[in-house]
Amino acid sequence: MDAIRENIPLLLQGIGTTVALTVLGYVFALVVGTVMAVARVSPIPPLRWAATVYVEIFRNIPLLSLLILISFGLPDVGLRLPYFWCGVLGLTLSSAAFVCENVRSGINTVPVGHAEAARSIGLGFFGTLRFVVLPQAFRSMVQPLVNVFIGTVIGSALCSAIAVQEVTWVTQTLNIRYAQAVLMFLIAGAVYLVLSLGGAALGGAIERAVSPGGRDRSRASKALDVTAGAQA
Amino acid sequence: MSSTATQVLFDAPGPKGRRRILLLSVLSVVAILALLAGALWQFRSNGQLDPGKWIVYLRVDYLAFLGQGLWGTLKVTALAAVVAFPLGLLLALARLSRFRVLSTLAAVWIEFYRGIPMLLVVYAFLLALPAFGVTFPRFWMLVIPMILVSSATTAEVFRAGINAVDRGQHEAAAAIGLSRRDAMASVILPQAVRLVLPSLILALVTLLKDSTLGYVVSYNELQFQGKTLVSITRYLVQTYLVVSVIYIVINFLLTRIALALDARMKARAAAG
Repeated sequence: MDAIRENIPLLLQGIGTTVALTVLGYVFALVVGTVMAVARVSPIPPLRWAATVYVEIFRNIPLLSLLILISFGLPDVGLRLPYFWCGVLGLTLSSAAFVCENVRSGINTVPVGHAEAARSIGLGFFGTLRFVVLPQAFRSMVQPLVNVFIGTVIGSALCSAIAVQEVTWVTQTLNIRYAQAVLMFLIAGAVYLVLSLGGAALGGAIERAVSPGGRDRSRASKALDVTAGAQA
Repeated sequence: MSSTATQVLFDAPGPKGRRRILLLSVLSVVAILALLAGALWQFRSNGQLDPGKWIVYLRVDYLAFLGQGLWGTLKVTALAAVVAFPLGLLLALARLSRFRVLSTLAAVWIEFYRGIPMLLVVYAFLLALPAFGVTFPRFWMLVIPMILVSSATTAEVFRAGINAVDRGQHEAAAAIGLSRRDAMASVILPQAVRLVLPSLILALVTLLKDSTLGYVVSYNELQFQGKTLVSITRYLVQTYLVVSVIYIVINFLLTRIALALDARMKARAAAG
């Protein structure tokens, strides 16, 4: 227990860093991913291609390879970032690709008639998306976006491999110093489980809040989504 | 696939709209090219475009060295998949079982390994267990965590597949007098496994990504082999870029196969 008592500030700092990595990475990923999804359905061909290439690169690159490339590779080409921001950048780039795919498939679940109706009353591309398609698409996106959040939580652990002092790094460092393996794993494991299960619970609450008439949802048969859980 | 809702988001453009789209297209091409040019300039001004630093990746010995790593990656991934997928199926069956204890245990296993990072499991094998006198060869320190984590995610895949089999199939199996177990074995599972085939290929992609943690346990897979190459040649960006591109290409192909398979199965199901 001494290992904890003497290192409470360090542990709290580690937990704080993990939370900060996750939240910043996820929020930026939501923004970038949504922008990419809009680009992918836009009438501008080069933007569509660019967004497609982006998604294919960043959902297929292993997160660890990306983090290594960013944190050790960028200084070689003259760009220096603190390791923390390398972590945020890596998490953002990777999660944004998954956000983009989920937003796009969410857009596809909105019945075609709604988009046609929106256009027929004179809304343009952005108006249709902003007022008619995206608000409805959001409902079917909640669960996949929760999965992306959990992916971001779990991915943030990899930042310890590039020397970001988040909770995995802190607990393993203390583990080596105090040989208190069980204790340290309990702490780290608890932090991740609380974050990912907490995120899932919050997502469930949001989903219930935005679904029209709770009974409808439970009756709707769940179609099998192949890409669910595909994120590492 | 994208020809559904995304096609009707904008009208077929008139002459004015076409001109605007053309203008925006040109602008975005310029912006993208500027971005690429900026990146290349950054590479050049730091001397990273020197052909000598790239040409080595066409040499046989370098390629053989990375090839060894790739072989390690494929070996680890294949072995983990061969063990984890059947284990995942067993876990899914256990979770759906009527025996409360069994299903609770399976649920705890699944939620635990889905909720914690694989790196933590790797550290358990790398740092914690040796303290208790339990050591594994590096190969297994990578493969066992991969199996544990993947068994949890594939269990959820199988469970979704079993739940996606039409209810009528359960009822029909019961109507011809099959027991619950027989119905599962000879009616539900064969269909469920076929349904989840695309998801399993994507699980393979995840495993392939997870195998990069060989970098942490110092097992000779591609990412670690890249690290070794960097420590020999000092060509850091180049090596890691080449390594990343290899991963991207393999995962891209696997994802394509999974999506094509999924589309074909959906089309066949729609045709009846």
